[in-house]
Amino acid sequence: MAQTSAPSQRISRREMASRVPHYATLLITGLLFLAPVAYMVAASLAPASDTLAGFAVFDVTQWGLHNYSGVAASLSSDSTGHLWRFFAVSFTVTIAVVGLGLVVNSMAAYALSRLAWRGRGLALFAILLLLIVPFEAVAVPMFYLYNDARNTLWIQIVPFIGNALSIFLFYSFFSGIPHSIDEAARMDGAGPWRIFWRIIAPMSKPAYASVAILTFLTQWGSFLWPVLMISDPNLRPLPLQISVFAGQLPPAWGQVMAFGVLLVLPVIIVFLIFQRWFIEGVASSAVKG
Amino acid sequence: MASPALLLLLLFVAVPFLAAIGFSLYNVRLGDPRAPTFMGFTQYARILTDPDISRQFLQALLHNLIFAAVVVPVQTALALSLALLVKKTIPGVGIFRSLFFLPVVFPIALVAIIWRLILARGDDGLLNSALGFFSGGAFGSQDWLGSGLTALASVIVLSIWQGCGFQMVILLAALQQVPAELYEAAELDRASAWQRFIHVTVPGIKTTLVFVALYTMILSLRVFDQIYVLAKSGGGLNEGATRTVMYEAVTAAFDENNIGRASAISVVFFVIVVILSVIQRRATREKEG
Repeated sequence: MAQTSAPSQRISRREMASRVPHYATLLITGLLFLAPVAYMVAASLAPASDTLAGFAVFDVTQWGLHNYSGVAASLSSDSTGHLWRFFAVSFTVTIAVVGLGLVVNSMAAYALSRLAWRGRGLALFAILLLLIVPFEAVAVPMFYLYNDARNTLWIQIVPFIGNALSIFLFYSFFSGIPHSIDEAARMDGAGPWRIFWRIIAPMSKPAYASVAILTFLTQWGSFLWPVLMISDPNLRPLPLQISVFAGQLPPAWGQVMAFGVLLVLPVIIVFLIFQRWFIEGVASSAVKG
Repeated sequence: MASPALLLLLLFVAVPFLAAIGFSLYNVRLGDPRAPTFMGFTQYARILTDPDISRQFLQALLHNLIFAAVVVPVQTALALSLALLVKKTIPGVGIFRSLFFLPVVFPIALVAIIWRLILARGDDGLLNSALGFFSGGAFGSQDWLGSGLTALASVIVLSIWQGCGFQMVILLAALQQVPAELYEAAELDRASAWQRFIHVTVPGIKTTLVFVALYTMILSLRVFDQIYVLAKSGGGLNEGATRTVMYEAVTAAFDENNIGRASAISVVFFVIVVILSVIQRRATREKEG
């Protein structure tokens, strides 16, 4: 034991020395990246008078949770909207868009990659075309066309369920699954629905995870569409609400930062739990090219 | 099976997109009892050549181009540096991978508000305090968001902070695909670290690099949320120095109720995106083939 571990330890020690500059660079860059996040957290805990007083926010001795109780108190009437409701709206919209999107888009991708039907080639071509259309290009006409649906929950959800990129990512994944698997199931008498739900979908968990995470990130931060469509404080999602809250006079910056922490916390928790999937999800979006 | 997704895409992407082209030829206004009158290409002529209106639009387009011209090379280079920094599996590297990715989960509206406080004018802003402190007071405080010289640069910095983790992850995945034997062979040939980077790393990830650069370029054209939050929610952002094409489209539709002009802006925006997407497809395909 001693004989084998001694040389390897020496190598690792020499390598450790060569790693010092590497770690130093990592640490400095890491701190620079973390600084805005640290500032947000510190400002949420510091007394309101310290928010715009340079480094004063980092004075730990002054920290407390008053901004958190403050933001809950500031946002607790029907005219300002209720803090819990902004979360309820964002959660409902995000979960509905992600959940329904997974079902609808994976079904479409399965039909496109496996089933023979009239117009399949055309549909596939249309989806490749729609892939190029960013939401920004259709936001204005949609604002006009769906104006009667302003200040509703469904208009925040339904337009974002069908997603060309999601279909494309599912399609690429399904195309990589050998056809012999479906054929074996068909021999056993399974229909297309059964093959999809029982065989293809369970085999495609990585694709579902990637699409779920990409949709979740876009939807949780969604801003442009709510700006155009939502003015009712009871239907505002979080990103829109924090911009409204930050624009109030006089601004209560400590409370705004406490709101910011609360807004981003759910995403950070989801991110930390599903970290591997986040990374793979993002990396797989590059397949698009 | 594909019909729900196809129907949704038809209603919320294809129809609005065709409507944008239609609206851009009329003087459409919301809540106008008169029927819209046909104007032909007048809206386009106005935004592109009418001195009173085109100035703002062309300015916005210029801001997008400056934004892209800075963000594409800087963010790609930074993302690649970060990816190289966290590529090697050394103890603790996972923490840094997560750390650099962390801003990606922040909604850009929140990012704008955090940075609005960091960049606040006067000595109270964190950046001004830090610069004053480290320069011993020699560096006077700046109005980062309000000054025409630094407003766009400030928006660029906060956008890069938020976005570059995304690109890092895509590039990291590509770096890990480069065969280790190539590096070993280069080392046997006594290639320096720089030579290995130029002759092994860069060719190995060329396709992804091109994809990332062009993808960032399209994102640069879509910039809206951070500008809108900083300009409209008491951020004191110099609007004239930062307005973007999407900001113009939204203000034309929303503040001026000029759906026709906003649609024309959307169509022009889309044409630019298509041109870039075609270049992107070409570039990535050629490298693969």
